[in-house]
Amino acid sequence: MSLFTKAISLAAAATMAATLMSSASFAEDGTGQQLYPLFTYRTGPYAPSFIPFGAGNIDYLRYINEVEGGVDGVKILVQECETAYTIERGIECYERYKNGYNGALTAAIYPHSSGLDVALTDKARIDKIPIVSPGGGQNIATDGRVFPYQYPLVFDYWSEAQIIVDYIAQQAGGYDKLKGLKIATLYHDSGYGRDTIEPLGILSKKYGFEDIQIPVPHPGEQQQTQWQQIRRAGADWVFLRGWGVMTPVAIKTAARVGFPADRIIGDIWSGSEDDARPAGAAAKGYLAVSVFPPGTDYGILKTLKKDILDKGESDLKDNSKFGTVYYNYGVIEAITFVEALRTGHKKFGNRPLTAAEGQWALENLDIDQKRIAELGAEGLISPLKTSIDNHKGETIAAKIIQWNGQSWDTRTDWIKADASLFADVIKAKAAAYAKEKGIEPRVATN
Amino acid sequence: MSYFLETLVSGLFAGVMYSLVAIGFVLIYKASGVFNFAQGAMLLFSALTVVTLTEKGMPFALAFIVTSFVMVVMAILIEWLVLRPLRNRDPLTLFMATLGLSYVIEGFAQLLMGMDVHMLDLGIPDVAVQVGGIYVSQFDIIASLIALTLVATLAIAFNKTRMGISLRAVAADTLAAQSIGIRLPVIWRIVWSVAGIVALVAGLVWGSRQGVQYSLSLVTLKALPVLIIGGFSSIPGAIAGGLLVGATEALADIYIGPLVNGSVSTWFAYILAVGFLLARPAGLFGDREIERV
Repeated sequence: MSLFTKAISLAAAATMAATLMSSASFAEDGTGQQLYPLFTYRTGPYAPSFIPFGAGNIDYLRYINEVEGGVDGVKILVQECETAYTIERGIECYERYKNGYNGALTAAIYPHSSGLDVALTDKARIDKIPIVSPGGGQNIATDGRVFPYQYPLVFDYWSEAQIIVDYIAQQAGGYDKLKGLKIATLYHDSGYGRDTIEPLGILSKKYGFEDIQIPVPHPGEQQQTQWQQIRRAGADWVFLRGWGVMTPVAIKTAARVGFPADRIIGDIWSGSEDDARPAGAAAKGYLAVSVFPPGTDYGILKTLKKDILDKGESDLKDNSKFGTVYYNYGVIEAITFVEALRTGHKKFGNRPLTAAEGQWALENLDIDQKRIAELGAEGLISPLKTSIDNHKGETIAAKIIQWNGQSWDTRTDWIKADASLFADVIKAKAAAYAKEKGIEPRVATN
Repeated sequence: MSYFLETLVSGLFAGVMYSLVAIGFVLIYKASGVFNFAQGAMLLFSALTVVTLTEKGMPFALAFIVTSFVMVVMAILIEWLVLRPLRNRDPLTLFMATLGLSYVIEGFAQLLMGMDVHMLDLGIPDVAVQVGGIYVSQFDIIASLIALTLVATLAIAFNKTRMGISLRAVAADTLAAQSIGIRLPVIWRIVWSVAGIVALVAGLVWGSRQGVQYSLSLVTLKALPVLIIGGFSSIPGAIAGGLLVGATEALADIYIGPLVNGSVSTWFAYILAVGFLLARPAGLFGDREIERV
């Protein structure tokens, strides 16, 4: 062994020993605290989305702990677990934290991945752990009688399809004007992307527009043929259901074939700054659906700036990300967690909640307009009321935002989806799932 | 008919972009028999370096030169720290080493330059122009010219310079080349440097189209069927393979995709590649290996 190799080996051994010693001595006693297992993806291709999102999550929880003294006095213990946005590592993280950590109790797990949410469905039912996926859960799990442990809070892609059609109808001058219009959906060819095919088919029959579905293979770095199809079909509007690199490539390719950016409406995962900015000038005028509106002009954002950001305590390394779509998404998600804890405290007392208590709290959430005002989140979130029958929330709404070349402008107020439109289809699907899995649906008592 | 032609032409242009990535693999494989899994990471690292430097106010031309120098330094370090200790090892060992190397380069890029998504504007307008009745992207035309220039430069360097002839000698018979005094470490450093600069060019072209971000390294997935079809050791093969993959996947998406209610381009290129593996294992232009048994 050469001297150089020996030196490297010694340094590696010393670093490993120091790491093990430090992790052992600093393992925090979590007794009396509520665990928040933070599933991160700070590495891998989707890290640019997570970094501001995770910061929004952490900053809000830090504010709750340090400024408000915890949730009704109960401190939140944040434990990060890196998944790199892979399902197998996500499952490892779930196994590590499902039963709490060093005395801190787990009330719910936010997997931060639609794929992981699906993968955990059976495990969570057996372990009785609530899985919460704001904006990225399974629509079928809206029916909490069949899915007691899945919470697709806030939003779903079926409602999104409806909101898109509503917006286009507004622009066209009424629902009767939809007849004869051509709406092309350019979708990421994955379970997520294909999820809007069925609702758009239903809406197309209802309103008489032509529904054109065009898949883009992952990751979507070449889309010339797809946009040629759109141009050839004479589409009036394009609903862009992208993810990652697919979005800027779509916007640039649309410009190349002469399709106007202000006739493309991006999905919630195609509507961040990192989706529009790489497309440069081609993105000016591009529209997107937003459930997590960007901006800093909200009470809670101002509070976070004063108490966290300006004091140098933010998780953000780059403060220009403050108030971006993903940062605000992180804040909104953390609000749902904290409000669920408050709901639980009212019933079980001000102490850390167990998973069973967390489940009760999540299906009895009621963040109404008054509470939103108290939180300083007016305009940032829409009301959220859950029940055993409805794990998503009774009011599903989104805004339409538009890229001005530098940042997003809000174009509309909340556009509410009509929950009754697809309710029967979703219930029928949930019933079929229950039958297939041998699940006895619960009876709603609340 | 014009729609078919337009699809075909756009597919061919996409193929040129794939070829740009594939050439980097071919260079290293030719000289050392190693399938360099880290080529995608090198592509990402180089594009990220250029964009970081330009965002800090450095003129693009200077950023390009500085990054080229960085890629040469990287090549020297790779030869010294990875290839030299593994000399005379099984090609699979070297492949695994490049697999590890790709993680090291990507991690280092993230540590040094962050994970933000960057816009890269090369100043080439990405608009369609009408040529002979069909729409062609101006950006694609210029990207193809860049690829052609790169191939011509490499062809001249390989055929007309002393260094190029040494490279070809190593590719033809490593032991014989060493026996006449050609120093393998020097050749490896040069080849990895050239592959690094090819990665830089490919990274800029791809980064300009989709933004410079971590997923840029995934474009190498497109190079694999190109290499199988064209042959791992042939630059003309990389071009031909790229054109074939680009054209067929574009046409398959239009004409076969609707029959299966989905996109077929991702797997269609691999089906084509498997067909070639069965019928012509060395690819269109690859060297057939003849072993004495």
